[in-house]
Amino acid sequence: MRNEIDKAFKITRKENRPALISFTVAGDNTKKKSLEILKSISNTVDIAEWGMAFNCPGADGPEIQNSSYRAIKNGIKLNDTFSLIKKYKKYKNSKPLILMGYYQLIYNYGEKKFIKKCKSVGVSGLIVVDLPWPDNKNFSKLCKKNSICFIQLIAPTTSKSRMKSIVKDSHQLIYQVSNVNITGGKLKSTAKTILKNYQIIKKINPTKNVIIGFGITKDTIADFKRANGLVVGSACCKVISNAIKNGLNPAKKLNNMLLSLKEKLK
Amino acid sequence: MTKIKKNIPLIDQHNERGFYLNKFGGNFVAETAIKPIEDLSNLFEKLRKNKKFLRKRDKYFKYYLGGETPFFKLENLTKHLGGAQIWCKDVSAINGDAHKAYHATVNALICKESGKKSLAGDTGAGMFGKNLAMAAKEMKIKCKIFMGTKDISRQALNVKFMKKAGAEVVPVDTGSRTLVDAVSECMRFYVSNCQTTHLAVGSAIGANVFLKICAWSTSQISRELKSQIIKEFGKIPKLHLLNVIGGGSSAIGFWNEFINYSKNHVKLTGVEAKYAAPLTTNAKIAILHGAAQYCLQDKNGQIADTHSISAGLDYPGVSPLHCMLKDTKRAKYTSCSDEGALNALKLIWKYENLRPSLEPAHAWAECIRIAPKLKKDEVIIVNNCGSGSKDAKIIKNKIGYYPK
Repeated sequence: MRNEIDKAFKITRKENRPALISFTVAGDNTKKKSLEILKSISNTVDIAEWGMAFNCPGADGPEIQNSSYRAIKNGIKLNDTFSLIKKYKKYKNSKPLILMGYYQLIYNYGEKKFIKKCKSVGVSGLIVVDLPWPDNKNFSKLCKKNSICFIQLIAPTTSKSRMKSIVKDSHQLIYQVSNVNITGGKLKSTAKTILKNYQIIKKINPTKNVIIGFGITKDTIADFKRANGLVVGSACCKVISNAIKNGLNPAKKLNNMLLSLKEKLK
Repeated sequence: MTKIKKNIPLIDQHNERGFYLNKFGGNFVAETAIKPIEDLSNLFEKLRKNKKFLRKRDKYFKYYLGGETPFFKLENLTKHLGGAQIWCKDVSAINGDAHKAYHATVNALICKESGKKSLAGDTGAGMFGKNLAMAAKEMKIKCKIFMGTKDISRQALNVKFMKKAGAEVVPVDTGSRTLVDAVSECMRFYVSNCQTTHLAVGSAIGANVFLKICAWSTSQISRELKSQIIKEFGKIPKLHLLNVIGGGSSAIGFWNEFINYSKNHVKLTGVEAKYAAPLTTNAKIAILHGAAQYCLQDKNGQIADTHSISAGLDYPGVSPLHCMLKDTKRAKYTSCSDEGALNALKLIWKYENLRPSLEPAHAWAECIRIAPKLKKDEVIIVNNCGSGSKDAKIIKNKIGYYPK
């Protein structure tokens, strides 16, 4: 399966740096603004992750919850998200887009319909937080059929045998949850431990790209330069929250923050 | 295929992936929690077969929770309504004032066995929180209770009790500030602390093992009741078992031993709160708090707001076990408004020396509605699953008085 995500990693590998992956929430704080933010940061990030706001999330920290709350309050619906993505993908600087969310929204929309829609608007990858292996096998197959990369998560608590099964059933990209936490919490593990887990996953199948997320901030990011990619989520949502609070332009503020992170990866 | 299998306990009717009827329940949880949940599941399956553990549980039920709760006839109400005999299984007489005492105690026992030093639980009306705080204190475990800020203010008495028992009450100020948000926050806390904390889910909801532990614990109610009925009647007469449904933990416990009787012999009726009634209103299936279940939601899939005067019923979803009982038509579900519940209380107070909480008041309302239409040899039993003292203030505010 060749998809835009693979191309992005080809570039970052050539440049000998990890892919920088942002996470923001579709519709935060308005539909228009969230698209503007996405366009602005696309000048800096290699891959953009977009959250589908859900009001009973099982693993989101307070920053992402705030973003989701704003988005839902301002009326974001899945169909809006899809039309925004369609617009975004016409933008010349657009990056591969990964949609992330909870299974309820997909279940409610209808799995097949959802994946078809993702394909038609140009979504490159999907992360479904609460659809773990092996319950995700069918969903994963459906994604593959539609050339969408289904990205599975591996946590520090994941046993070695389970890890092997997940890697075996995974597509080209795997998401390593850095530490036992929800998103945005302070890192409870040392960089050394996290990188050791990273190596364990890589060793199972070195051809798969592994990205690390949860607790990646300006203070921690430089420790993980050797990873294939790094996801910055809550830190992004926090910048947006602060910009809105202070009447500043979140699109510009966030791009500046991501630029400074990218500096640290050199 | 939509039939309950005979000779298999209700909680064990799921497939290898934790789904009842292949569609309700399951384990929709973040990868981080998979291993801890698997460990808990293995521990629970071992403990429920372990005679030593069962003896310990029975000892706690007997000496710590006060043993068998009473079963008696409401002579005055029966006479007044002039139909079926009305009986009460007074679970509110337990130490801890509600059925939540059973699974709070069992959760603390399991936490102890697991070697974890702290417990986290959610609560709506505060009954589970109160009992969990009590059990944690008894067994010297640290305890955190997650509770919506709306519920903290309307069930202040229970909050005071939890704090006095040494539990930390964590206020949850997101969303509707009620049970649904408390459960979400508690589950997030668990994801962050799953290696050191035992999660005690407050009802027969959540990922597979959590609802099993809950229903297994509350089933003590129907074990007792069955022998009490046989002692009283010499057989199982034609029964109507009425129970309120929030998450559904008391009803499962009240019905568990009677599932295999035909529905003409033992009729099971669940009563939901009118504006938190996924079963009565034919809500669609949603994935909420780790499980697929009938659940109130908007057309975009966001979980809907609910309303009930009773904090314990103010929840948009319902136990996957009840979804199974509904689909197999083994149980019937109906609903009752706030006013209906309050009117039922007034009548109960007038004729009986009984002080139900707002939750079982919903079941009493159904009892009052159907009793006159039934024959004298039919027996209605209501699970009086909670004591009213916690609601005295709310009730007084609504109708102007609360009896001594």
